[in-house]
Amino acid sequence: MVRNAMPGPELSSTVRLMLNGAPQELTVDNRTTLLDLLRDRLDHTGTKKGCDHGQCGACTVLVDGRRANSCLLLAVAVDGREVTTVEGLEDDEPHPMQAAFLAHDAFQCGYCTPGQICSAIGMLDELAEGWPSAVTTGPVHPDDAEIRERMSGNLCRCAAYPNIVAAIREVAGA
Amino acid sequence: MREFAYARARDVDAAVSLVADNPGARYLGGGTNLVDLMKLGIERPELLVDVTGLPLDEVTEDGDLLRIGALVRNSDLAAHPLVRDRYPVLSQAVLNGASGQLRNVATTGGNLVQRTRCGYFTDPTKPCNKRMPGSGCPAIEGEHHNLAILGASDHCVATHPSDLAVALAALDARIDVQDLAGPHELPLEDLYRPVGDRPDLELTIRDGALITGVALPPLPPDARTTYRKVRERASYAFAIAAVAAVLVVRDGLVSDVRIALGAVASHPWRARIAERELRGGPATAAAFEAAAIAELDAARPLRDNAYKVPLVRDLVVAVLTELAR
Amino acid sequence: MTRTWQAAPSVGHPLTRVEGLDKVTGRARYAADIPLPGLVYGWVVPATIPRGRVLGLDVAATLAMPGVLAVLHQHNAPRLTDAGDATLLLFQDDRVAHRGDPVALVIADTPERAREAAERTAVDYLPEPHDAAFRADHPRLYEPDHVNPRLPTVTDKGDVEAALAGAAVVVDHEYRTPPQHNNPMEPHSGTAVWADGRLTVYDSTQHAYGMARTLTKLFGFDPGVVRVVSEHVGGGFGAKGLTRPDAVLAVMAATLVGRPVRVTMTRPQLFPLTGYRTPTAQRIRLGADRDGRLVAVEHRASSQTSRLLEFTEQSASYSRVMYAADNLRTSHRVVALDVPTPRWMRAPGEAPGSFALESAMDELAEACGVDPVELRLRNDATTEPATGEPFSSRRLAECLREGARRFGWADRDPRPAARRDGRWWRGTGMAGAHYPARAGPTVAHATAFPDGGYVVRVGAADIGTGARTVLTQLAADALEVPVGVVRLEIGDSDFGRAQVAGGSMGTASWSWPVVTACRDLAHRLASGERLPPEGLTSTYDSTEALRALGAFARYAFGAHFAEVAVDAATGEVRVPRLTGVYAVGRVVNPLTARSQLIGGMTMGLSCALLEESIMDARFGDFVNHNLADYHVATNADVGELDVAFVDDPDDELNPSGVKGLGEIGIVGVPAAIANAVWHATGVRQRELPIGPARTITSGQ
Ligand SMILES: Cc1cc2nc3c(=O)[nH]c(=O)nc-3n(C[C@H](O)[C@H](O)[C@H](O)COP(=O)(O)OP(=O)(O)OC[C@H]3O[C@@H](n4cnc5c(N)ncnc54)[C@H](O)[C@@H]3O)c2cc1C
Ligand code: SF4
Ligand code: FES
Ligand code: FES
Repeated sequence: MVRNAMPGPELSSTVRLMLNGAPQELTVDNRTTLLDLLRDRLDHTGTKKGCDHGQCGACTVLVDGRRANSCLLLAVAVDGREVTTVEGLEDDEPHPMQAAFLAHDAFQCGYCTPGQICSAIGMLDELAEGWPSAVTTGPVHPDDAEIRERMSGNLCRCAAYPNIVAAIREVAGA
Repeated sequence: MREFAYARARDVDAAVSLVADNPGARYLGGGTNLVDLMKLGIERPELLVDVTGLPLDEVTEDGDLLRIGALVRNSDLAAHPLVRDRYPVLSQAVLNGASGQLRNVATTGGNLVQRTRCGYFTDPTKPCNKRMPGSGCPAIEGEHHNLAILGASDHCVATHPSDLAVALAALDARIDVQDLAGPHELPLEDLYRPVGDRPDLELTIRDGALITGVALPPLPPDARTTYRKVRERASYAFAIAAVAAVLVVRDGLVSDVRIALGAVASHPWRARIAERELRGGPATAAAFEAAAIAELDAARPLRDNAYKVPLVRDLVVAVLTELAR
Repeated sequence: MTRTWQAAPSVGHPLTRVEGLDKVTGRARYAADIPLPGLVYGWVVPATIPRGRVLGLDVAATLAMPGVLAVLHQHNAPRLTDAGDATLLLFQDDRVAHRGDPVALVIADTPERAREAAERTAVDYLPEPHDAAFRADHPRLYEPDHVNPRLPTVTDKGDVEAALAGAAVVVDHEYRTPPQHNNPMEPHSGTAVWADGRLTVYDSTQHAYGMARTLTKLFGFDPGVVRVVSEHVGGGFGAKGLTRPDAVLAVMAATLVGRPVRVTMTRPQLFPLTGYRTPTAQRIRLGADRDGRLVAVEHRASSQTSRLLEFTEQSASYSRVMYAADNLRTSHRVVALDVPTPRWMRAPGEAPGSFALESAMDELAEACGVDPVELRLRNDATTEPATGEPFSSRRLAECLREGARRFGWADRDPRPAARRDGRWWRGTGMAGAHYPARAGPTVAHATAFPDGGYVVRVGAADIGTGARTVLTQLAADALEVPVGVVRLEIGDSDFGRAQVAGGSMGTASWSWPVVTACRDLAHRLASGERLPPEGLTSTYDSTEALRALGAFARYAFGAHFAEVAVDAATGEVRVPRLTGVYAVGRVVNPLTARSQLIGGMTMGLSCALLEESIMDARFGDFVNHNLADYHVATNADVGELDVAFVDDPDDELNPSGVKGLGEIGIVGVPAAIANAVWHATGVRQRELPIGPARTITSGQ
């Protein structure tokens, strides 16, 4: 009853990527976003969909180590890249950012949390590289104003913001 | 989203030959605008040509010009030492746009030609002259609190959402383009068509022309520059007004000034009238205000965006006063 | 077996969330995350007219599209029975009640294909004239029989007109609040699966039990057929309190295609289909003596509802509770428009109502030359102003004094527009707050196992409130065991009757049977009752106990203080500092309690400065139906948030002495910020949201 599960050859593509350190190869409808690939095809549902349009940050993952909104990335376009999701951060024990989020109660419903955590990890790397932000005036420091600005691409409707800032500050200072 | 074919461009020529004069084809940069619009059903390409693999992703010095490849990601542009050092206004403008994760993906070229955020344009169930020529412009009588006060027409009052383009306008940037006829360049300001009665025709370059880069001429060594963006939300929001300004004051007199306004028109708005008023005159708040008023004389606000007129006036005065200090 | 009781009272300790590790690692499965073999996807086809009829639907064309399995519409949908909510009577006739009303559901094998086919489904409409414009003077405004939840529409005590006529000082203004959307980060999602004669629905609901009952009634299922599971819920703020179309559509579709079907709404679809806070226009008249003692309070509120359902926001009810006045009248009117149906959004009634009254109180303080904190202390009440009922406890004065102390209110210069600091005008403002402390009937089961572990089952939902954690703590203390040996199972309608996670009633309601059942179980074990291998269970139902409650006015109270900075050139408003002090009964977990309150305060900030769903009445549509154009506060908007509690023992509540704190954090915050903007700039802000468009045009 289900007709062809994949569109014609020119409308689908084979995608190879490293997902949390493990190689994946699969054929996708060209329309499939990285977010839907993770969630619907690879059962990696830790990454969440809040808006599907780059407007909330819930889908944030690391692509080649850089944070990105997976809802606006076509899966075909990340062929050959390395993708890290919230599921790939643990290494026997939780990543320090995960532990800090837990300790500081940096979430309530938890829905924005995987995106916040991936974003925070990517953001600290950006800070370490010396990248400026809209509030940078001199040399960059992980102070509250910088963290708030740099984490503003991750909406949290429960508004755990002050605790998110505290958790990140702790990891940045470690 | 309609099904589409996907191809990676091997080189610039191949990319252009696939997309130019093919109305069903689009370049895919970071995709942060195009994929968004495809999901909304506003863009329905049959073929996406991914250009992110092209070697146009560097910032380089070329004599006294700074060249920015069209595929330089917004984050890399803002963080580049030469940009931060020579054109802080550009770095600031980029950093005031979107979010960290979007800037990591969005490209310079894509940013310049991103489409308006007008809420009727982005809803295919509603009329919109830009999307469907002749269907009408519901924004004029409807929700337009963040739409244009300058240079709009009875056909469309949309604004251009880019921050980056506003800074480039103030920097007299030139755009490198390649189409089937080969490479050429034009001033950034000439990239955008006036609205007139065809708001669907936004760019002056041919359909399917590839933007390959941006070139910035040097600034006077004593120039001071800044970017101020006004928005309701403190971050991760489009401007309701923005100013990019370059000011050179010598002996209390304005020797050079360039002012570009964002979120007031269908394209970055060079405030030429204000600049003319100011050049050679005193660098005082009174002069800045008179110049801003002169520029805004042409403003034609709508029912709910009249607040932008005093807002832009006071913003220009505040920004120039700060730079003159 | 022998057992050593470890008395380690957990209540009052900042235990981190018991499901926290699952949430930070991405292991927690929300409704749309449950993997199921054979799962297919339903996509809504929304009406593109605001009112009229569906004439035809090109079903054949849609069925021919790739991957499409079926199309649900008025001619093949199961017939439904009204369960008291007409917004759920989907595909029962050809009527379009508002723009965005579902006219069909396309079911396909992948989400991409479902979406594309839904968007290409051709629908013919017969539009009818419509009216979607709310106005304070709308000719069709009427007084409903009651207002939400079932409060009287009007209260009238004394003679307000006479008292106003004789008052030394009168304040009389209209205040307006816009439509606002809850916008939880998790969009509504429902997945329905038939297996072995049972229907399981995985849904993002705040009320699994309520949803199971609603679906049973709607579809006419036998009792016990439906099971609703909502283990993790990504926020709701009221929008998931009642059954929404996602669940109904998933059930219809799974029944039609005989496979599990998931219906997850898009962000734009949430705007017309999941409720919102109505716009309000509120007139407040205050009469006072020269010292600011109120002699008369009148609060009149109007709001909108849809044609489908009468929902009247109880905005004026705020004034029934807050300040003492011998003459007090409150009333509501509502108008039914061709718009989506407004429903609960965090502190319905109190949130908009407090903006009006607490702003007017600030204007009264200015008119009388009395400090705003002092004005509220002078008008503190000893019995509930509208009813004369005694309060079970009322510690508003303590909140006001403690808030003033923490915030550093004492040396405030009352003059407006007197503090310029570079770019910024600076000011401070404050407001009082209250929220009802209620509880609803709930059943809980506590089971002891021979391995020393305990499982407590209750149909609660943890929408981010920390319910699972707090109930674990209360259960552990009642059992007199460490929290580590107690596992709470929630979010399952099979656990029996339970109160919704809403109205700040969750913990009060669920903890009642949890604590009682656990105490009973501990008692049975202590008295030597045998522990069988399958465990020993105590069950308690709080229904009878709730009926026996004494007649008291039960409320939580609070006070909010705000500091604002307003850009002199642009009118941008920033809030560097907010203080909230609360009397909320017993605080079970200070960590999660603080989180809920900072969440409420931030939503109040967001509501003051950013949030507005913009209705284009010509289309009957909220045109900014996405998170780029509907702004909710982000990290950079939030400065220093200070939360504190005053001691609030109250024996007239429930066995755990809790009042609930999910909502009081938002109440009064918009007024505190508006009052601070006035203090900063000298311009009153009587309409939300306050932003550059208003701070500028109001003429600085
Ligand atoms: C939630 C959100 C908030 C945002 N906020 C801001 C903001 O505050 N300020 C701001 O400036 N921007 C903002 N943006 C827009 C964002 O900056 C743009 O989407 C982005 O810069 C576009 O770049 P891209 O590479 O992703 O373009 P794409 O999406 O890949 O392309 C956009 C368009 O440009 C065409 N194109 C791409 N590259 C080229 C090229 N080299 N030559 C010719 N045509 C090309 C494409 O065919 C397409 O039509 C926001 C976006 C989102 C989603
Ligand atoms: S302003 Fe322009 S983009 Fe917006 S509805 Fe009118 S024509 Fe369309
Ligand atoms: S789901 Fe990608 S940004 Fe919201
Ligand atoms: S924790 Fe609920 S949205 Fe962030």
